[in-house]
Amino acid sequence: MDRLYGTHKPTGLVQKSILAVGSGIMSIADPSRDDMISIFGETTGGLALKYMQEKMVIDPEGDRILKERPIINSKTVDLEYLKTLPIGTLGKTYSNFLVKYNLTPDARRPVSFIDDSELAYIMRRYREIHDLTHVTLGMPINMLGEVTVKWFEGIQYGLPMCVLGAFFGPLRLGPKHTAKYLHLTLPWIVRTARQSRSFMNVYFEKHWHKSLNEFRRELNILEPPPKI
Amino acid sequence: MFIRTLSSINRFSLLSILRTHSTTSNTTHFGFDEVPENEKQTRVNEVFSSVADSYDLMNDIMSFGIHRIWKDHFIRIVRPDPQWNYIDVAGGTGDIAFRYLKELDRYYPSAASSIPLSESPITPTHTYIADSLEQTRIRPTSKCVVADINPNMLAVGKQRSIDNNLHNRIQWIETNAEELPFEDEQFDVYTIAFGIRNCTHIDRVVSEAYRVLKKGGRFLCLEFSQVNNTLLRYFYDQYSKTFIPPMGQIIANDWKSYQYLIESIRVFPKQKEFAELIRSCNFRYVNFENLSFGVSTIHSGYKL
Repeated sequence: MDRLYGTHKPTGLVQKSILAVGSGIMSIADPSRDDMISIFGETTGGLALKYMQEKMVIDPEGDRILKERPIINSKTVDLEYLKTLPIGTLGKTYSNFLVKYNLTPDARRPVSFIDDSELAYIMRRYREIHDLTHVTLGMPINMLGEVTVKWFEGIQYGLPMCVLGAFFGPLRLGPKHTAKYLHLTLPWIVRTARQSRSFMNVYFEKHWHKSLNEFRRELNILEPPPKI
Repeated sequence: MFIRTLSSINRFSLLSILRTHSTTSNTTHFGFDEVPENEKQTRVNEVFSSVADSYDLMNDIMSFGIHRIWKDHFIRIVRPDPQWNYIDVAGGTGDIAFRYLKELDRYYPSAASSIPLSESPITPTHTYIADSLEQTRIRPTSKCVVADINPNMLAVGKQRSIDNNLHNRIQWIETNAEELPFEDEQFDVYTIAFGIRNCTHIDRVVSEAYRVLKKGGRFLCLEFSQVNNTLLRYFYDQYSKTFIPPMGQIIANDWKSYQYLIESIRVFPKQKEFAELIRSCNFRYVNFENLSFGVSTIHSGYKL
């Protein structure tokens, strides 16, 4: 097989199986190996990516994303401009989020093990909008926030990595968070994920100036539960 | 006339080896890629820097532990002698050097205590500009020298030597195998194990080996080579291509290094061609021994 995109590493079925099993085990055995988590996602996500592709093609904004293939990194997103936006807008909140948690949009691993150029882009887009998903849902970076976002992504996209993370992540929550999770967060996120537009169809880069509340209303996202 | 044709074929094949593996070409091989010569060394360095820590684990997994048997057998062929000056090139993590010293201790136990400990190198009291390359050359300060181009590998080796209590019997030196910093005719035995295929100019490495060896000295090279049996070669190729890069990704977080590994093995000259190359550097009584059906091979030659 030839290389279809810059970071592509063509692999056969046996190799993908080795990678899937090995990365699955290593993700649990050594959680600091973030490359194992991303490889697990790539090798198990084939079917889910096709499902995501179908949903994107039938939505006009999603189709536009597939055609234009926008990329989110520190070169394509003007972080200085985002800082100048009024408080309460998507762009300003995103900028504050990055600064608060000391993140950069460049931290996502490149996609290597998906043998279709468009599906590889979808996987890449999924990784790049993860932080924006946090911001739009109003979820922090702590364990509870991450599990919540994983639930959302698992329901909307169907990626096995998200589903597994959503199921097993809560096992590591402390008692206070577990209580909040079970009574408030989980019902809300499941309802939101099912009702709202698929985030893969949202051209975030065109909505920086929008107020976050208005943006959430457009996407049909329900009011998040109050912070503890 | 038949004999003349044969000898001209030999010359042709020798030329074609030299053309791809010698100093005259402007590009060289980095696995299956062709890269400018000066780039190959940087790329090889990056490969081994990222591989250093997981090197041993991956070796065991890839070869099912058989690499230990190859190395043990290699040292048995070397037959260490306490009076020898020994150098192991590209031996960063010290696998071969430790085996050498342990084998030496097995056969000459009393000699272990009487071998002089390696002296610390003399620090110069003033600096000067040498008139020629020969003036910058040094003599070994120990009877066992380990040379490697990659400081990360040397660091791993040094730590292991401390753990094995062999630290003060080894001189560690960071150098390029194509340009050793030693004076002529310093060593009785020169070994290079699983390192020569990573060098840019294999002929220069062998020539340097010839230069630093004493008369009567022996050159020994343990390296991956071609499996001659067609059926086995098929399975070996399938195994290499299918398992090694993914295992490298999972264990060492490095697909590229192991892809490079399996490609560099296939690009390296075959057993007979490599023996010809060694002969062309003036070594005599050159022969080779296949291990594991040619997966690895030991080449040997004498400077006489």
